[in-house]
Amino acid sequence: MAKTLAEINEKIKKGEAVVVTAEEIIDLVDEKGIKKAAQEVDVVTSATFGPMCSSGIYLNIGHSKPKIKLGGGKAYLNEVPVYTGFAAVDIYLGATALPDDDPRNRVHPGEFRYGGGHVIEDLVAGKDAKLVATAHGTDCYPRRSLETWINLKDVNEAVLFNPRNAYQNYNVAVNLSHKVIYTYMGILQPNLGNANYCSAGQLSPLLNDPYYKTIGVGTRIFLGGGVGYVVWQGTQHNPTAPRTEKGVPRSSAGTMAVLGDLKQMSPEWLKGTTMTGYGVTLSVGIGVPIPILNEEILSYTAVKDEDIFAQTVDYSEAYPQRKSGSLGEVSYAQLKRGKITLQGKEVPTGSLSSYAKARKIASLLKDWIKKGEFLLAEPVELLPSVESGITFKPLKERPIR
Amino acid sequence: MLKKRLVLTFPQAVVEEPITYRLIKDYDLVVNILRARISREEEGRLIIEISGEKEALDKGLNYLKKIGVAVQPLAKDVRWLEDRCTHCTVCVPLCPTEAIVVDRERMEISFDKDRCIVCGACIPACPYKAVEILF
Ligand code: SF4
Ligand code: SF4
Repeated sequence: MAKTLAEINEKIKKGEAVVVTAEEIIDLVDEKGIKKAAQEVDVVTSATFGPMCSSGIYLNIGHSKPKIKLGGGKAYLNEVPVYTGFAAVDIYLGATALPDDDPRNRVHPGEFRYGGGHVIEDLVAGKDAKLVATAHGTDCYPRRSLETWINLKDVNEAVLFNPRNAYQNYNVAVNLSHKVIYTYMGILQPNLGNANYCSAGQLSPLLNDPYYKTIGVGTRIFLGGGVGYVVWQGTQHNPTAPRTEKGVPRSSAGTMAVLGDLKQMSPEWLKGTTMTGYGVTLSVGIGVPIPILNEEILSYTAVKDEDIFAQTVDYSEAYPQRKSGSLGEVSYAQLKRGKITLQGKEVPTGSLSSYAKARKIASLLKDWIKKGEFLLAEPVELLPSVESGITFKPLKERPIR
Repeated sequence: MLKKRLVLTFPQAVVEEPITYRLIKDYDLVVNILRARISREEEGRLIIEISGEKEALDKGLNYLKKIGVAVQPLAKDVRWLEDRCTHCTVCVPLCPTEAIVVDRERMEISFDKDRCIVCGACIPACPYKAVEILF
């Protein structure tokens, strides 16, 4: 009994679609079985909220009088450098960008209280940002410097464009050394003092469609509180990562590149993020609807935390030195209980990804669809899956001299 | 008589040292231990209320510094800014007193001020600056 996406959209328009979250589907399948659940349910909503470093925005700020060509010049938003290598007034601000000099970052381990991610949150919150720019001046763009306040509502286009988001599974980070280390996975206490993970597990988008049978270029999604799209596979997309029998990757695998209108978004779902001793980033809320086209697709969405495993990795030595090897596999059910056992030691766990917020996104998206405000989009191309053979390659260094 | 509330942080090497005994016996100070956390692998942390004559107090504090104990005044207050908190839970394993606990059903945290010893461990750990220490 297969359905088409067009049929599902018809039901959504009539307000008749049956939509459940990726959490609710688990109980439903337990209760009714795959076959019955697949008949009843039209859409399952998945979601995640967590730090995603490959994120950023591009803005077209409009032309000053006289005109200035920022392209090839230098520009800063709230002291944070932005990329100007485009046309005259297009700029790109990356989530991890840092002010050229912030004295608070100089003293070990460094505070990293403000950077690109925070500028993005401030802009989305409606705050003015200070734009300071210098350029070389040309006959057609004579101006050489510009200092002005800008506001999101006044710029032309403002687009969130993230080259890599929503990792399908991720490492669990621990520290085997004898001193505290400061990482993008948080502060790791010595001698296996804590274990930090970063995935929404059973709610996470790509874990609910492990072979990318419904998600691809053009998939309409919840992005940062507004509507966005999957525009490509994300960087480091690695569909050939090892998988369990049920197809769930055992380590970081697929990723997606996403894009959406920043003006629709909200600071509740785009948050400037500080990793002490490491840097800054942006936490992004993403929700992906999965159309239940058949029983197979439904069976994937019923994945549970106990069926999803992650590898624990030592971030004091193995990770930075690119040494392979996991200290052990743990399930998200164990991680979410707050304790795992590693090398005979009980280790408390913490998450960087907020399950509570992922849950809220999944239910918000469910409401949008139920109310007929959000239609599903048929991808023009699915994300490359296992048969593509794509792998995540390391850099082969070739000495220059 | 002077009275101070202090946070003592001591490296592993000093953990075995009978600090409070010496402060009382050798420096004639009144020491009241408010909270303590000492483990073999990590640093020790002790929050004390200490009182005595100014001179004795200065000498006592000097002794602490000499043996490698970091002495800081006890910060007044830790504030959890609920509206900035995303309930990620990354701060939870760092809290020595279970002042931050997770409701595992809702996967949301709550902050129990009475259990908090103002050690500050959660402050740099929070990616969203949702905990603040007020001096
Ligand atoms: S300051 Fe933070 S880590 Fe320390 S006891 Fe209080 S809540 Fe726990
Ligand atoms: S680290 Fe910060 S945001 Fe995360 S649960 Fe703790 S207080 Fe909340």
